[in-house]
Amino acid sequence: MFVLVEMVDTVRIPPWQFERKLNDSIAEELNKKLANKVVYNVGLCICLFDITKLEDAYVFPGDGASHTKVHFRYVVFHPFLDEILIGKIKGCSPEGVHVSLGFFDDILIPPESLQQPAKFDEAEQVWVWEYETEEGAHDLYMDTGEEIRFRVVDESFVDTSPTGPSSAEATSSSEELPKKEAPYTLMVGSISEPGLGLLSWWTSS
Amino acid sequence: MEVKDANSALLSNYEVFQLLTDLKEQRKESGKNKHSSGQQNLNTITYETLKYISKTPCRHQSPEIVREFLTAMKSHKLTKAEKLQLLNHRPMTAVEIQLMVEESEERLTEEQIEALLHTVTSILPAGPEAEQKKNTDDVAMDEEDPA
Repeated sequence: MFVLVEMVDTVRIPPWQFERKLNDSIAEELNKKLANKVVYNVGLCICLFDITKLEDAYVFPGDGASHTKVHFRYVVFHPFLDEILIGKIKGCSPEGVHVSLGFFDDILIPPESLQQPAKFDEAEQVWVWEYETEEGAHDLYMDTGEEIRFRVVDESFVDTSPTGPSSAEATSSSEELPKKEAPYTLMVGSISEPGLGLLSWWTSS
Repeated sequence: MEVKDANSALLSNYEVFQLLTDLKEQRKESGKNKHSSGQQNLNTITYETLKYISKTPCRHQSPEIVREFLTAMKSHKLTKAEKLQLLNHRPMTAVEIQLMVEESEERLTEEQIEALLHTVTSILPAGPEAEQKKNTDDVAMDEEDPA
């Protein structure tokens, strides 16, 4: 689930923090910059693991702060392909089932990946697995808050950095709300394999 | 900022749990700076991740248990990713093993799967919910004390 990523960055320490130990200031700045943020094509950054190398700190003319080039390792959430994870169902919509891991929310199970046959119950806004047995069809509901085991099959990184002003005429009165895209989404593969799906379906009572 | 190696090492959930718990202790000791707005993100992510990992079996592991587990796994010839998944999830049924080990029907016989299950459940301590269930059940089961 978690990987260690080696990165290099220049950290700026303002003069009023010079009394603190350099390592502490740098650790704090790095966490301030990266914790809980998604780095493009890398993953969701959790926290600093360690600092491997500190190069010389320079003070540039016009700026009293010191600039230090730091080599460090960061703990990043980046599940590998086909990894099995357990999460909680956040909700259902016609797009599929939304699953959350607490610290990471953008996991989607598209309808094609659900156990077949599955249908969307409009009244209760929930996906249902119609499980056929000899006695008849059992309807297994995918309720919110239920724990679910799934396999990661695809991930997509979207670059959400702001774009420059477009050349088209600015319509300041009717501004379109910029579409909020999640910078990092996990697409889940079929949960139709034996063992996948709601945990309650597989635990022997 | 430059990313030198996006995949330098895999971390088990236990290692991340340990790291975050130590970080939390450190920050509690150093007092007031955690309330500054810059630290809010770190607080949020630490809290949520700790909450998630605390509900998994990784909570009760220790470095010795992990080492013992990996030595026991050597004989089964599994890939690094498979061993990591077994360590993080502690499967209790054959179905779960088939999910985590690729092509398990071809690579492992039934007895090997049983042996694997036995190694996993005996070396790795159970998760918090499983322990609760064990306390309420009247059936006595042998459970190894975490070292």
